[in-house]
Parts: sequence; C-alpha cells; structure tokens
Amino acid sequence: MGKIIIDPITRIEGHLKVETVVDGGVVKEAKCSGMLFRGFERMLEGRDPRDAQIITQRICGVCNHCHTTAAALNLDSAFGIAGKIPDNGRIMRNLTMGFHQVQDHILHFYHLAALDYVDVAKVATYEGSDRTLNSVKAFISRGELAPFVPRYEGDYRFPADVDQELVGHYVKALEMRRKGHEATAILAGKLPHACSVTPGGMTEVPTVDKIATLLWRAKELREFVEDCYVPDVIKVAETYSDYFEIGKGCGNFLAYGIFDLDGKNPDYTKRDRFFAQGSTTTDLKHQPLDLDQITEWVKYSWYEDGTTGRHPTDGETRPQPNKKDGYSWIKAPRYKGGPYEVGPLARIAVAYAAGDTAVKEMVDSVLGHFKAPPTVLFSVLGRHAARALCTLHIAKNLENWVLELKPGEPAFCEYTIPDEGAGVGIVDAARGALGHWVVIKDKKIGKYQCVVPTTWNASPMDDKGEHGPIEQALIGTTVKDEENPFEIVRIVRSFDPCIACAVHLLNHKGRELRRYVIA
Amino acid sequence: MSEVKEIPAVWIGGGTCGGCSVSVLNTVAPSIKNILIDEVVPGRHISLKFHMNISGGSGDPVIRAIEDTGKQHKGGFVLIVEGVVPTAEGGVFCAVGEKDEKPIPFYQWVVDLGKKAMAVIALGTCSSFGGIPGARPNLTGVKSVMDIFKAEKITTPLINIPGCPPHPDWFVGTVARILIAGLPTPEDLDDLLRPKDFYGLLIHENCQRRSYFDEGKFAKRFGDPGCLYELGCKGPITYADCPIRQWNNGVNWCIKAGMGCQGCTQPEFPDFLGSFYEKLTDVDVPKIGAYWKGRED
Repeated sequence: MGKIIIDPITRIEGHLKVETVVDGGVVKEAKCSGMLFRGFERMLEGRDPRDAQIITQRICGVCNHCHTTAAALNLDSAFGIAGKIPDNGRIMRNLTMGFHQVQDHILHFYHLAALDYVDVAKVATYEGSDRTLNSVKAFISRGELAPFVPRYEGDYRFPADVDQELVGHYVKALEMRRKGHEATAILAGKLPHACSVTPGGMTEVPTVDKIATLLWRAKELREFVEDCYVPDVIKVAETYSDYFEIGKGCGNFLAYGIFDLDGKNPDYTKRDRFFAQGSTTTDLKHQPLDLDQITEWVKYSWYEDGTTGRHPTDGETRPQPNKKDGYSWIKAPRYKGGPYEVGPLARIAVAYAAGDTAVKEMVDSVLGHFKAPPTVLFSVLGRHAARALCTLHIAKNLENWVLELKPGEPAFCEYTIPDEGAGVGIVDAARGALGHWVVIKDKKIGKYQCVVPTTWNASPMDDKGEHGPIEQALIGTTVKDEENPFEIVRIVRSFDPCIACAVHLLNHKGRELRRYVIA
Repeated sequence: MSEVKEIPAVWIGGGTCGGCSVSVLNTVAPSIKNILIDEVVPGRHISLKFHMNISGGSGDPVIRAIEDTGKQHKGGFVLIVEGVVPTAEGGVFCAVGEKDEKPIPFYQWVVDLGKKAMAVIALGTCSSFGGIPGARPNLTGVKSVMDIFKAEKITTPLINIPGCPPHPDWFVGTVARILIAGLPTPEDLDDLLRPKDFYGLLIHENCQRRSYFDEGKFAKRFGDPGCLYELGCKGPITYADCPIRQWNNGVNWCIKAGMGCQGCTQPEFPDFLGSFYEKLTDVDVPKIGAYWKGRED
C-alpha cells in the first residue's frame, strides 16, 4: 500500500492537493484539499451592498463573469427588483455569460485538459508547410520545452498526425478564447472582471453597431466549436475510450439553470431558463430545484462541529485548525442530504431529464456515434463531452439572442437599497451551480455567502462519512503507473476544478503549518 | 540561422484569483502563442519555466523546475509575482509545494527567488499594493512585494504593473522593453514603481467623457450620457492609459461601457473612502472649463 500525493496539480484554477492511498494498483482512499485563504466574506461585511457586484467577481479570474451574474441576480433580489430588469438588461447579461462560457469551456478543454492526452513533442516530426506547426517545431528544436515539460510520461496514444492537428487547434483555441473575451467585453466593458453588469440591469446600452459585430463574432465562435472543439473531444473519446469507464463519481447531479428566457418571475428556482434547474441521478428522472435542501457539513473540515448541518443562510464559519478528522478547509455541501456533482455534466443531465428536446437530440447523437447507453456519460469522457455539448448549445443560440436586443430601449431600472433585506442569486456557472446569498442590515452588507461549484465537487466527506464527488470518482480507480498517475489527474481535471472559488469562504485563526498546495 | 537567446522566467502565484494570467492570455500582438513559443523579439525567447495554469506537469517535477531556475540562472531570470503575499502567522495562508514534507510558504519563494532574479515584475494590484485580499480587515496580513523587499532589504530591480487585472499591453510592453532596451531606469517609473509609459496620466485627463465633466453634464442614472463622476467614477484619482488604449483588443473599457472607473490600478483600491457607486469624497478634483467659472460648489 502506498500513497500518491500530487502537489501541486497544475492546469486548474487555484490551489489543489490530491492525496490517494493505492493498494495493489487501485485507489482505496482519496482526499482532495484545496487551500488559499483570502477572506472575501469578512471583507464584504459592512460595505455598500452594491460593492459586492465589483468585489465578488475577484474571487476568481477565470469564472469572474459567473460571479458577476450571480451577484447581480442576488442584489436584484435583495433590492426587490428581481422581476423588473428590462429585457435589454436580461438579454445582455445572457449574452455576456454566454460568450464567456463558450470561451471558458474552450480554455478548459484545450489549455487545461488536452495536454493530458495530446503529446506536443510529436510536432518535432512534422513535415508539412503549416506555419503554426513549423513554429512549434522550431520551438521544440531549440530544446527549451518549458512550460510544457516536465510532465507525466507514457500514456500518449495519438498517432503523430493527430497530435499535430490537435496542437494546431490548441494554438487556434488561444485565439478563439481571446475573441470570446472580446465579444463579452463589447457588452461587459472589459474582461477579466467586467464593469457593466450591475444591480438593475446593465450600464452598457445596445446599439446597432454592437449587434452587427456580435453576430459575426458569435458565428466565428460557433464555427470553431462545430468544426474543432466537438470533433476533437470525439477524437479523444475514440482513442481513450476506456475513460468512459473511469471516474464515475457520486451519480447525483444538481443544476441551478442558466440564461433567463423570462425576466418576470422573481423566483429564480422557477424561472424559465435555457438550461433547466433541478436535480437528477443516473436514472435521469427530473426533480425540481429546492434551495432549502442545501446544507453544509463540517465534521471533516477544520470548523467547529457545532456549525455543522446548516443552510448557507444560517451558516457560520468558525475555524478549528487542529480538529481531529479534519482534512480540508472546504466544507461539505449536500443536497437532500447527499453529495451532488455540479458542472456541465450535471447541466446536461438535468436538461436531458427535464425533457429539453434540443439537449436530448445532441446527447443522443453523441451516444449513437459511440453506440453507447446514457450511463457512459457518467465518466471522465462524459464530462468532457457534456462540456462540449453545453458549449455547442450556447454557441448555436448566441446569434438569436443578439437579434433580440432592442436599441433605444432601456437596459437598467432604478432601485433603492432597503434598510433591511435578504437576497439570493443562482446561476449555473461554467463549473456548475453557483449561489450568492446576502443579508442587508442598515443599508450595508450584514452577511454575504457564496456556495460555489468546486465546493460541491471537491468537498470532503460529510458527517455520515460519504465522500465528495471528486473523491468518489477517484476511489476504485486502477492506477497503471504510480510514477505517472495519469488516471488521477485526468479524473480531477475532468471536473474543471476552480479552487480559488472553493476556498474563498474560509475563515482562519491560528492554523498550524501543514501541507499547503498551489497549482 | 542566428542563435536564439533564452531568457528564463518564472511566474509564481500566491493569493490570486488568476485574473492577471487570464488577462495576459488576451494579448493581441504579440499573441500569447508568440510569447510562449516564438521569439518575442528577434533573437530572444522567453523560456517560461513555471506557470501554474499552463505548466504541463504537476507535483514535484515542477517544483524542481522552479528551484533549478533560481540556482542555474542566478541573476539572469525574470520573476513574475501574481497575487498577494500573506504574512500573518508565518505566511501559512499560502504555500507553494513542499520540501522535506513541509510546505514552502509563498512568502519564502518571493524572498528566495526575489534575491536571485535579474528583475521582478509584480503583476497586478494584489502583488503591487495588496489589492482586494488586502482590503479591510486584511485577515491574512497581506503585503505587497514592494513592502516585503523593503523589509527584507532586497535590492533586485522591481517594477509594479498594477490593475485588477492589468491590461495585457502593460505587461507585454514592460517585458519587451526589458528585452529590447534593458531594465527601466528610475526615471522611467513613478513613485509607486509603475512605468510612466502606461501609468503616466490620470484616467480623467484623457477620458472620452471629459467634455461632459467640463460642461457639468453629469449622468444621474446608468445608461445615460454624461460624466460618471456622480455615479462613483474614480477616474479623477486613477493613473492608467485605459481611455487611450482601451480593453480587449480595443473594443471597450469601463467608462465607455457606462460604469465609472473603479480605480483598480491604485494602492487605494478597493477601500478608497466609500463605495464604488458613490461620488468621491475629500478629493480635490481639477475643475477645468468655462462652465465651472464661478460655479464651484
């Protein structure tokens, strides 16, 4: 029996350590720990509630726009204007989130995940005339391969020509994700960290020149997703098909829904959304969303046991660094008492279960290609495929949303900050279900809470001893080469963890010096 | 073919959201591919030995790569620091990798690599001034690289490239300057160690909405034309060239998009004296233009 500790895990956002106990080549135990404390919650207390709009997106420089959107919905709700945002404001928020998610998923597949499957070094044998590939070849021939090496060695399976094509797409994807940011910024002001999404709607206004340029920018992104991203995920799936059987996870899925198709219903859990809200399991039966079913557990986290089992709005963060059994600063959020996976796979599974015909058609077409049942979705490759399908679904609709904008009509509605109040904002961020909660006291922030996607996915065990989704996906996995544990990093990266988000809530006093991890 | 000189660089991240890295990915010309793969200027290639989001490897091998750069290229590599440096309780709030089964505090990396580097770039407002994690109540004892260098008496040349995030051109332009013309001289930097090329003028001085200010036409609600001063704009006290350069390949920037400047390149960010959405208080704003004659309140 031996331990494999990977520290740091790179090519994710933030700081993550994964510790696994391997016996006879099989993972028997797995612990995810992610840690970096910045104290956003405490920082927000006593500030003007509107400042949460600016500050919370700084939780994460990758998923910043998801926080922007959640914060705006949260403040709308606390200010009593959740059902009053003008259509232009609602649509521009959808568009900024849509362009942002398309580039975020492209970034994840090509720049964070693909190097686990694609061997950049094989470009050394390229013989063609493509300028990009020849420049990569020249780079390799100079012998300075940083930052692409050092890396784990061994399990790269593509023939050289496919590796070369995918490296070409890696480079093209750098340009496409930049362009995704540019399209977002046309409405959002700048990225990362947008300025124009605001309680009440948007500070930016739609104009015909923006509509025209956004149409063409949406088309270019859609074509890249159709011509490269989706086919490349299928190539990976065909060549690494054993990963349809690896990394299943907990089998429960939670989605908050995203892209409001109607702005009138102030209850976000019942609002008509492009991706549906709800939960499901591997049986793919749909259950409606009930935010009251969320609790956070701390038996295995470094917090006082007395704070366990609470809803986020009643939650307290009282650290206890040396606590017996504690191994993570991440709390264990549970829905209906169990661990739930969030993210593109959950988004697709919930939409599929809710009977979304467009999603069902896309999923069935991929399953048909592989002549496989829906159960293969619950895997490493299922997550990559679901992420690609989410991207495709959004990319195919961006142009329609652009055409819904109405120049000359308002995008912002006025409000007054109440003396006392409470709000909630929920969205399905790129990485999954994201909730912001606020309590206003004396026109200031009394309390601000975020329960973020990676807190769900990278959670430790709950008080019943049930592991979090990533841990469950790791346990039982066969590791072929303990020196080069590809299986572990491929499983972890399939969740697209964002640890900067997951640990922003931590409070801290007198923590002993332990293993800290950065990646 | 002439020989290509490899300039080693190490990019370490502490208390960061990763937004500075993502912003640099948005560089247009040179593109990020040009910077990573190609000669960024003829005959010179940046060999990025470590970057948390890009590095191919994980675990011990990448930690060794950072250490080896410090040893093998002493005085010859560029250190890029993203994110704050927590100092409370021995720096335990953030560490990078482990040695002898003990975590290495981020603080330690900044000091060790900072002493050995040819130059240090503090990228972003966090590493330049403390930024958002350094906002009150600053539970983790966040410090800027500048303050740590003062305390540790480290004399390696330091350049601050603040911004939340910084514009990619500010970073790429500074790196290009080092490669083409050598390190900036003290005269090239302002008193906060920001290159004057990018941070030499107030937002207010070049603002597209400046004429509204001079005419006293102030927007009262978002979406309206007018100067955003009364809606909380921090442009009158913020040094950066955003109005001229604009963002994301020049498509937009904060004030053009109808939101006030948030002052993100300033050491005062984000606390200032009040909300992002409230008019600046206790600030002496220049009142220029005929409209203001005799009308000062």
